[in-house]
Amino acid sequence: MNNNPQLNRDGELQHLLTTEGLPISILLKILDTAESFVGVTERDIKKVPLLRGKSIFNLFFEPSTRTRTTFEIAAKRLSADVVNLDVAASSQSKGETMLDTVNNLSAMHADMFIVRHSQSGAAHLIARHVKPGIHVINAGDGRHAHPTQALLDMFTIRRYKKDFHSLRVAIIGDILHSRVARSQIHALTTLGVPEVRVITPKTLLSNKVERLGVQVYHDMAQGLKDVDVLLMLRLQNERMLGARLPSAEEYFKYYGLTQEKLALASQDAIVLHPGPMNRGVEIDSAVADGKQSVILSQVTFGIAVRMAVMTILMGN
Amino acid sequence: MKIHIKNGHLIDPKNGIDVIKDVFIAAGKVVAIGAEPSNFKASRVIDAKGLLVFPGLVDLSVRLREPGFEYKATLESEMKAAVAGGITSLACPPDTDPPLDEPGLVEMLKHRAKSLNQAHVYPIGALTQGLKGERLTEMAELHDAGCVVFGQSDAPFINTRVMMQAMQYAATFGFSVWLRPQDVSLANSGVAHDGEVATRLGLPAIPVCAETIALSTIILMARETGARVHLCRISSAEGVSMIRAAKKDGLTITCDVAVNHIHLSEMDIGFFDSNCHLVPPLRSLSDRDALRIGLMDGTIDAICSDHTPVDEDAKLLPFGESEAGSTGLELLLSLVLKWSLEMKIPLISALAAITTEPAKILGIDVGHLSLGAIADLCIFDPNQYWNVEATVLRSQGKNTPFLGIELQGKVKYTLVNGSIVYEN
Repeated sequence: MNNNPQLNRDGELQHLLTTEGLPISILLKILDTAESFVGVTERDIKKVPLLRGKSIFNLFFEPSTRTRTTFEIAAKRLSADVVNLDVAASSQSKGETMLDTVNNLSAMHADMFIVRHSQSGAAHLIARHVKPGIHVINAGDGRHAHPTQALLDMFTIRRYKKDFHSLRVAIIGDILHSRVARSQIHALTTLGVPEVRVITPKTLLSNKVERLGVQVYHDMAQGLKDVDVLLMLRLQNERMLGARLPSAEEYFKYYGLTQEKLALASQDAIVLHPGPMNRGVEIDSAVADGKQSVILSQVTFGIAVRMAVMTILMGN
Repeated sequence: MKIHIKNGHLIDPKNGIDVIKDVFIAAGKVVAIGAEPSNFKASRVIDAKGLLVFPGLVDLSVRLREPGFEYKATLESEMKAAVAGGITSLACPPDTDPPLDEPGLVEMLKHRAKSLNQAHVYPIGALTQGLKGERLTEMAELHDAGCVVFGQSDAPFINTRVMMQAMQYAATFGFSVWLRPQDVSLANSGVAHDGEVATRLGLPAIPVCAETIALSTIILMARETGARVHLCRISSAEGVSMIRAAKKDGLTITCDVAVNHIHLSEMDIGFFDSNCHLVPPLRSLSDRDALRIGLMDGTIDAICSDHTPVDEDAKLLPFGESEAGSTGLELLLSLVLKWSLEMKIPLISALAAITTEPAKILGIDVGHLSLGAIADLCIFDPNQYWNVEATVLRSQGKNTPFLGIELQGKVKYTLVNGSIVYEN
């Protein structure tokens, strides 16, 4: 139970569940493979036959359009057959358990499941119960992990900044509830980024997060000083309803990224955001659409990175 | 039936006996230790050479799941599991469905348990109706029906005034009140200790202060009301220190810990092992070590199995949605032995935490082998190894963090009221 469930005995990637514990060689292989797919996505005929005849099931227990769409596009560009299942609306409401759903689909000869679920650990549970030869990609489980998002962020950072070993990176926003932040932290530390900071109010911080290898800041001016990469997190609207934050306005005033705050970072700092953005809450439109923003590049690279992950899992 | 247990190594914590001595049993009682009484004609002689003979275990928390949760476990299956684990007396929490809040339910449970003729069952009465924390139960009536103590199991008191009145009312009759300290709003919907592992895995967390804040409320109220309070399933180092201080101040409180918590920590959750989803949560290694020390210095009085059989489907879910709890009846003794070996504690002291001490907390005259005592005892081979596997467990619950682990020590015989109820 304690060994890394996403690698097989030979250390090859069987599932992509989390960036935690992934060897740097695998991370780099994914990034390098994605480079070769960027070209494909820019061609007139955006299709390669690598996964022809393979069946990929998009298994979304939690609603999502963006992530599901990018996986679908990635799979189709690899010539795979894609089935989208909005499980939240079908079998779950009839009382079928998650593993029953997975078993049923396995019997239809699925080759890969792309899973999103509101509970941390759901993808691990599925990966542990699928037959050998079926691969699982975690497309977001609760607060735990969102590895393809972190990988596309790494890809984007590498495109703009080249060397991970000289970077100062800040992750800004709701660390407590963010699966993206957790996956980013593990990926950044594995790739050798010497300084990873998190900037957030104390109500949105997870206990002992510094054990993951980050430095904690509560003040944007201090936290952004000399930072090369800003990873913004989405602040979910429902966080405003509880007692973690008083108002969106106050949050924006102290933690929202504006041009003035961005000016505190390195001059050539880049700004990333996993989307969808809350303009005027965690990020100002002037920054989101500004010249230091690489947010739209992230979306483009996201397809290539997901193509790379699928291809590597299928053994190509 | 007259039974002669010969050549066994007798350990009786209450009487400080730790030598090779024969035990003679007649009419359900211990009639002699050492020399054979005159005219004793044994109908059964058990050769216990190389084995340990000690009082049957007293377990302070065993969920038998009846009434209401028979799909998780039944009285038949769990009573068999208890004696297979050397347990001869057990207290069952009131969190059945319906809860044990009416005398009829308690009488029925006692009657059903008695007809099975296995371990003695001591129901813990609900402190409030439906365990809702709103209205008091008829404690005196429940006591007449067979409840020895009263508690809320894991159900919270939302209103502190009701809690205080429940303690006052119980104190009126001298009934002891069993409470597991947990502040309901701080625990919220948490499923794991608020520490490194919950942060890494993104699991909703329960901070230590959920325990300590409730604990300080209970301690202050015990002082105020004079109620006899027993604290259930302590989980944190800070909780142990507070209880140590309260005891030092002269407060007569007692305290237990679940056996899983003296071995495991949050780290054992690994990659979402739902068998490690327990209540209270497994905390940090330093908390676990403090629990071990608390047991050694007497701050914690007893160890219980906190037996909570869960059906398999309820564990085959993402960690946060899985049902909390572990099966424990058949592991308790081996795990206590493991603890005593690891901590180099003499077995006689370790056994006190599962015999004499819990019997004292329950206020029952068992857990010892004095002359004339009820002949509840366990004959145990400390050198036999066994693998914890679903197929070997008699309990209907196969859920335990120790699944697949090899443990040391196997029960060979269990006697209740002088009859052999388990033999292996």
